[in-house]
Amino acid sequence: MSTIDEIEEVVERERERLAGFRHRLLVCTASGCPNGRVVREALAAAVAEAGRDDEVEVAGVGCMGLCAKGTLVRVLPADLLYGPVTSADAAEVVASVGGDPIERLVVDTEVPFFTRQLKVVLEGSGRVEPDRIESALAEGAYGSLIRALSEMTPFAVIDEVTRSGLRGRGGGGYPTGLKWSTVAKAEGDLKFVICNADEGDPGAFMDRSVLESDPHRVLEGMAIAAYAVGASRGFIYVRAEYPLAIERLQTAIKRARRLGLLGRDILTTPFDFDIEVRLGAGAFVCGEETALIASIEGRQGHPVPRPPYPAERGLWGRPTLINNVETLANVPAIVRDGGDRFAALGTAGSKGTKVFALAGRVANTGLVEVPMGTTLGEIIHEIGGGVPEGRTCKAVQTGGPSGGCIPADLFDTPVDYESLLELGSMMGSGGMIVMDETSDMVDVARFFMEFCMTESCGKCVPCRVGTAHLHDLLRRITDRQASPDELADLEELCEMVRDTSLCGLGQSAPNPVLSTLRHFHDEYVEHLAARPGPGEV
Amino acid sequence: MYNLVPPEPPSDDTRWKIVGATMRRHRHRPDALIETLHAVQEAFGHLEPEAMRYVAESLRVPLSRMYGVATFYHFFSLEPPGDHTCILCTGTACYIKGVPGIVEAVRSEYGLELGETAADGSLSFRSARCLGACGQAPIAVIDDEMVGGLTPESTIEEIRKVMSHVDH
Repeated sequence: MSTIDEIEEVVERERERLAGFRHRLLVCTASGCPNGRVVREALAAAVAEAGRDDEVEVAGVGCMGLCAKGTLVRVLPADLLYGPVTSADAAEVVASVGGDPIERLVVDTEVPFFTRQLKVVLEGSGRVEPDRIESALAEGAYGSLIRALSEMTPFAVIDEVTRSGLRGRGGGGYPTGLKWSTVAKAEGDLKFVICNADEGDPGAFMDRSVLESDPHRVLEGMAIAAYAVGASRGFIYVRAEYPLAIERLQTAIKRARRLGLLGRDILTTPFDFDIEVRLGAGAFVCGEETALIASIEGRQGHPVPRPPYPAERGLWGRPTLINNVETLANVPAIVRDGGDRFAALGTAGSKGTKVFALAGRVANTGLVEVPMGTTLGEIIHEIGGGVPEGRTCKAVQTGGPSGGCIPADLFDTPVDYESLLELGSMMGSGGMIVMDETSDMVDVARFFMEFCMTESCGKCVPCRVGTAHLHDLLRRITDRQASPDELADLEELCEMVRDTSLCGLGQSAPNPVLSTLRHFHDEYVEHLAARPGPGEV
Repeated sequence: MYNLVPPEPPSDDTRWKIVGATMRRHRHRPDALIETLHAVQEAFGHLEPEAMRYVAESLRVPLSRMYGVATFYHFFSLEPPGDHTCILCTGTACYIKGVPGIVEAVRSEYGLELGETAADGSLSFRSARCLGACGQAPIAVIDDEMVGGLTPESTIEEIRKVMSHVDH
C-alpha cells in the first residue's frame, strides 16, 4: 500500500532519472510498427557500441500515429521524428544524436496530419513507456484518481462526467454520465465495471493502440468509474487476437497493484478495486454487452433481450457498468480538467474528440484524434493526405459491419453521432476505410454481409437465416445473375432483418447494403443480369 | 455428486501443469472455462477430446456446455494445426488492398482454401478477422511473424521461406 506522498516520490525519482540523460530516443513498440522492438534493440546496441549509455536513453513507447511511416523514432529534446527507421539505420541515428538531423529520415511534423489533430485520449501515446508505471506516473497517470479519491465524492465525479457530455465511444453513443448514475443508483453491495476491449470491427485499431501505448490510462479510468458507481471488481474483456495488448495490460495491473493503485484500500483510502483480464475467443457478437457478459461467465456469447440492462442486472446478476476502452480513456482528462473544458470541444450533441483508425486507400494510414465536428474531408484529404497513386477517392466506410459507405461528394459532413446516422452510416468505434475507384461497392457490401453471416451467433432466426439469404442475393448480384426483382427483394429483406433481429449485430447488419443501395444504386443496377443480346436467346 | 477433489490430468505431460495452474488461479470455478481452454490451446495447439473431458470434469461443467463453448468461438480449434501456419488477415482494409488475390495465389500454389490444413499436415491456411495493423495492409502472421504490405507473389515467397527452413 502506498500513500499519495509515496507515489509522488516515485514520480520524483523518475524525473531525476530522466534528467540524467542528455538525449532520449523514443521508439514505437506498438503493433502498428511491427519491427519496433527489433529497431529498439538495434538502437540500444548502437548506443552501447558508441559508448553513450550514460547520455542517451533508448525507450520503447507506444503509437505515434503515422503508421504509414513506421517504424517511428522520436529524438528528444531535439524533437525530431524519424521514419521509416530500420535496424540498418540504428548506428547512423545514434551518431546523429546531438548533431545534424538525418534529412532522408526526417518526418515533417508541420503538416496537417500532425497540426490538425487534438490529443486527449492519445495524449500519453508515444510519450509513456507502457511497461513502466514510473514513466506513466511521471506523465501524470493516476493524478485524476488521486484527485477523485482525495477531493471528490462519487456523486461529484459522476457530475463532472455528465457535464462533459461524453458519450459511449464503442459506437452506441449512449451518454456516459447517465449510464454511470444508473449503476450508482442500482442496489447491491457487489457491483462490477467492465472495460469492453473486444474491438471486433475489422479496420478498427484504436483500442488496441490505446491498450498497447498507455494501459495505465485505461486502468485509471476504470478505477475512477468504480469509485463513482461503487464497484469493487473490474474486468477487461480483450480480444485474444491482441497478444501484445494483453501482455501490457497484465504487466500494468501487476505494477499498479504493487504500488497500491489497485487492490485493497487504494492509496490508504477505504476504496477497494481490483481488475482481471478476460480473453475473448474470436466472436464478433461478444462486443454486444449482454453477449460479452455471457462470455466472461464462461458461456457461449449469446445476447439476451434488454431490459433488464446490465446497469441493473449484469455480470452474475449484479449491477454492471460496461464502457469501451476509448470512453474510459477520456475519463482521466475529464476529472483532471473538469467536465466543462471537455464539453467546450466538439459539437452541440457530440462532445470531445474522437480517435479514428485511417486505413485503406489513403496516404497517411494510421491513428488520428480530432475534435468531434471535423469534416470527413478534413480527416481524409487533409490529415489523411488523400488517395495515393493519382487515383480518385470514391467513398469512406465508417462503423465497420454495422456502418455504411459514404460517397466522396458528401465529405463536407461533420463527424458526429447524428450526422453519420443521417447518411445511413454510423460513428461506430472509429474505423475509417478509404476506398478508391478500384473498389466495387456491391462487393464491399457482400464482404460485410459475409462477415455478419459468419459472426451471427445463431440465436435468433432473422439474423441467422436473414444474413445468409442476404449474402446469397448479394453473391448473385456480384455474379451478374440477379434480376431487378431480386434487387427489390434485397431491400425488403434488409428492412426485415434490421427491424426484427434480437441484438445490434442483426439490427445493423443490413446497414452496409442499405447505405450502398442509397448512395451507389447505379452500381447495383449495372451488376444486374444483362438482358440477353440478339442471337443469345 | 461432484468430486470435491479435481481429477488427475490425462497424462504426465508437463504441459498439464500450466492448465492446472490456470484452473487453480480461478479456484476451479465454472466461469474459468474459456480462460482454461485458452491455456489448453496455447499448450497443446488445439483442443483434444481428452483435454476437453478433463477440463469439463475439473470445472464441473457438463460436456455439452464444454463442447458448445469450444465450437462457438472461432479462436478454438479442435483440429491439430499444421507444422507451419499462415494466418491471413481478412479485415476490411486488407480485403480492399488485395486479399482475394492472395487467397487465389495460395489456392493455386498449395491447393488450400482459407481454414484448411494440407493433407500431409505441412501447412495450415487460416484467416483472422482483422489483426489491427491496418496501416500495413494486407498482412498475415506466418509462423508467429507478422508480415505486411503483401502481394500474392510475396505471400507465396514468405510461406516458402518458413516451409524450407530447417532447424539446426
